Amino acid sequence: MSSRVPILRQGDVLIASIQEELSDGDILDLQLRILEEVIRCRASGVIVDVSALDVLDSFGSRSLSDMAQAVRLRGSRLVIVGIQPDVAYSMVLLGVTLPDVATALDLDRGLALLEAG
Amino acid sequence: MQVEGALGGDIQAIRRDADVISARQSGRQIAERMGYSRPDQALIATAISELARNIVNYAGKGEIEITPVRRRGRMGLRIIARDHGPGIEDLERAMADGFSTGNSFGLGLPGAKRIMDDFDVVTAVGEGVVVTAIKWMGR
Repeated sequence: MSSRVPILRQGDVLIASIQEELSDGDILDLQLRILEEVIRCRASGVIVDVSALDVLDSFGSRSLSDMAQAVRLRGSRLVIVGIQPDVAYSMVLLGVTLPDVATALDLDRGLALLEAG
Repeated sequence: MQVEGALGGDIQAIRRDADVISARQSGRQIAERMGYSRPDQALIATAISELARNIVNYAGKGEIEITPVRRRGRMGLRIIARDHGPGIEDLERAMADGFSTGNSFGLGLPGAKRIMDDFDVVTAVGEGVVVTAIKWMGR
């Protein structure tokens, strides 16, 4: 499967910036690649930027949550940034609130959150 | 579910996970053209995503029909998700939060029900599932 989400490295933080709607297969692919990259780069944190997504349904949310827990088990931290207001509203009505996942408004705030430790 | 006068919409064949994306995009476009608010467009797209994924995961293939409808002068968007898969054995359980044989928090059907106004499931074991959901405008 082609990798549709570029994962960039900035210092010891990885930034995965989702650019387009992802199929379930793409999301699972991203999940694996993020964990591999965290291990390979010994990254202290990961930011997943979802600002380009206009839907985050139960599968997408579940996958992000799994990603965050797996990254945490590796001793690193994952922050989701850029959840759009309409998407946030839909997630809450759907019943998905991701209580165990760190979130931030945007990339800058996400980086600040990771730096603050 | 009594609905007068369908106004022409779209039917999307669902066979693989990429079709889930095209179905929800189509639903969002139709909702946008009809004048739904942005939050409502997101809700409609999310519900379509849940219903289409259920088709891929449990039946393998099926279709999503998206149709503007009118009832008592009020506009709505109707989503019909139809498959001829194995059907749902225990519908009450499938409609309860947290029950899933898949991998999505078990919120597919109950979640879609919460974000739509009308929601109806007809299923028989061995015959498939038909979910009919409507989001009414301005509610």
